[in-house]
Amino acid sequence: MDRNNSRRQVAAMKQSLFDQGLLDEQFIQLEELQDDANPNFVEEIVTLYYRDSSRLISNLEQTLERNPLDFNKLDTIMHQFKGSSSSIGAKKVKAESSLIREYCRTGNAEGCRKSYQQMKKEYVALRKKLENYFQLARQAGPLERACRPK
Amino acid sequence: MDNGCFSTPRRDFPAGLRVLVVDDDPTWLKILEKMLKKCNYEVTTCCLARQALNLLRERKDGYDIVISDVNMPDMDGFKLLEHVGLEMDLPVIMMSVDGETSRVMKGVQHGACDYLLKPIRMKELRNIWQHVFRKRIHEVREFENFESFESMHLMRNGSDLSEEGNMFALEDMTSSKKRKDVDGKHDDREFLDSSSSKKARVVWSVDLHQKFVKAVNQIGFDKVGPKKILDLMNVPWLSRENVASHLQKYRLYLSRLQKDNEQKSSSSGMKHSDLPLKDVGSFGFQNSADKQQNDASIDRYNYSEGTLQHQNMETKSHESNPKGTVPHSITAEKVKAFVPLESEGKNATFQSTMSTTQYSWTEIPKTQLKKEQKPIVHPEDNFNLLPLHGKQHNIQVDQSQSIASISSTPSIAEQDVAGCIETKPRFADYKKDYTSSVSSIRSSVDTFPFQPGNLMMNYQPSQQAISTTNLGVKTQSYNNLSCISDLESYQRNLLFGGEAASAAPLDEDLYFYWHNMNFGQQSIGMPEYYDPGLLTEVPNHLYDSTDYSVIDQGLFIA
Repeated sequence: MDRNNSRRQVAAMKQSLFDQGLLDEQFIQLEELQDDANPNFVEEIVTLYYRDSSRLISNLEQTLERNPLDFNKLDTIMHQFKGSSSSIGAKKVKAESSLIREYCRTGNAEGCRKSYQQMKKEYVALRKKLENYFQLARQAGPLERACRPK
Repeated sequence: MDNGCFSTPRRDFPAGLRVLVVDDDPTWLKILEKMLKKCNYEVTTCCLARQALNLLRERKDGYDIVISDVNMPDMDGFKLLEHVGLEMDLPVIMMSVDGETSRVMKGVQHGACDYLLKPIRMKELRNIWQHVFRKRIHEVREFENFESFESMHLMRNGSDLSEEGNMFALEDMTSSKKRKDVDGKHDDREFLDSSSSKKARVVWSVDLHQKFVKAVNQIGFDKVGPKKILDLMNVPWLSRENVASHLQKYRLYLSRLQKDNEQKSSSSGMKHSDLPLKDVGSFGFQNSADKQQNDASIDRYNYSEGTLQHQNMETKSHESNPKGTVPHSITAEKVKAFVPLESEGKNATFQSTMSTTQYSWTEIPKTQLKKEQKPIVHPEDNFNLLPLHGKQHNIQVDQSQSIASISSTPSIAEQDVAGCIETKPRFADYKKDYTSSVSSIRSSVDTFPFQPGNLMMNYQPSQQAISTTNLGVKTQSYNNLSCISDLESYQRNLLFGGEAASAAPLDEDLYFYWHNMNFGQQSIGMPEYYDPGLLTEVPNHLYDSTDYSVIDQGLFIA
């Protein structure tokens, strides 16, 4: 009973992540890749993502602190960040990254910085939610098979 | 299972397809690995382009296909793409989160057989085997084409390289094409036969390639042909087919390098089209071209160039006169640069590049470029402008020669310069399409009195123009060199600019590549190449431009 409950909770949580636009199809793809050979595949990937994105974020913040803003460098890092975020399906984070890149293209430093703040918010929120999700999932038992969001 | 020998695909093909994935993003690397494994492919991952190249070189026949990200920290993905295509001739798939048309186009231009957008779905990866399969089929066909063209060329051997000659070449193309069509129905059968009898992919090591180039030079561009090369090379296990396909690839490579070089240079903002040699810009162009060339040339010419470079680097590279150093980095570049010149500016650039490169390549071991000059100059022939000749090889040699000439500061007649410039415009519409280039060259040829013959020849101050014209042809390189030497005064920018530039922009990567190019062998083997005697012979050997153009046209037509 308890287990079912937990599982339902996990499912609901996942659903809400999709509903809120935090995650996209890619996440499902990851879940579909999970199998007996890699039973914790999704979580491993997400952990890799955390590591990589943290590194990129510190690069970003360093770059943003400089004046005048080095748009090329910022764009390069954002490109990497966008690629990284696409790997787990971090939808909102990815969208914000694109926005920042646009600002870089037009040389809008203010836009870049503001967007970055927004993106960071999204990133932190997503990360927190995902951590909760995985924790819950672990408690509920083996992760359910991938199921498409309704 | 080793699929290197594509005699017959594995029964469970495409299972077991050996994929090399290169991506600096660790998350994607892991995802792709998992996806590919699920497709039953054999996956190897690496996160650095250089590492990937090392892996590929270590096991020349160890992979069937490469998937690489476009943006990587240590090397541009497009560069890697070219390297792989040229060196290993493997299909390469590019991927990126950026799907802008220009990027995709660039990928295709650099030779990518596909461009995937991230996030990548597994279903997209399931079908990558088609690229491997397609390439194998094309290889066989290319070889067949080449064979027919080759025989055409041999028939025309020794014919005048005049316009008539060009016309003849065109006709040959058509007739050979017809012949091919007739044999078309045999193609499938032949394919099966050849595929079943196809030997394991030949690994063109530095030494082997050196022998190859040496043989080509010895034979002379006019007469070069796989059989002759094979005989001269005296490598028992090598077949005529191997040589034929290598020759063809070599030419394609050079042309692609040049084209790429052009693109790069134009993108670098150096439009030299309207500024012939005098423009300092061309200098800059050269640099970028050099860089590009270096990268590209490294691919093919690695063997020799790499070694050269390496050697030069060790011996004198930088201490010796700048030209020496420059050439050597440029050599690789130059070779590329000479690929069809679209603009005059390019011509100039290429020229300088060519000279430089060649020089370094051949000359460096010799220490003094100047010394080389003497033996290299062939007063008689200078520029046999073989418009069609892709003298890619020549370029190499020429460079050494030209370099020599450059160092010796040949007197450049005013008219030579003018001649060169004149020819340039003709090249303006030179496209990759050799046919058109042929015509352009033809016209330029008219302008200048030159003897048909080896284009490569050297360096004849009066013939500069011709060399320029040759530039129009793919392998201008050779001509460029001569031209450069001649036009030294007015091409100073190019030459010296190039040289200086070459010294300056010596790409770190380039050195690195060359290092790697040695395929683990210290190019030391190359030294033998630097024989001055060889240099003298070089002009003729480099590429049989006629052959080249014929083949190219053939390729186009076919």
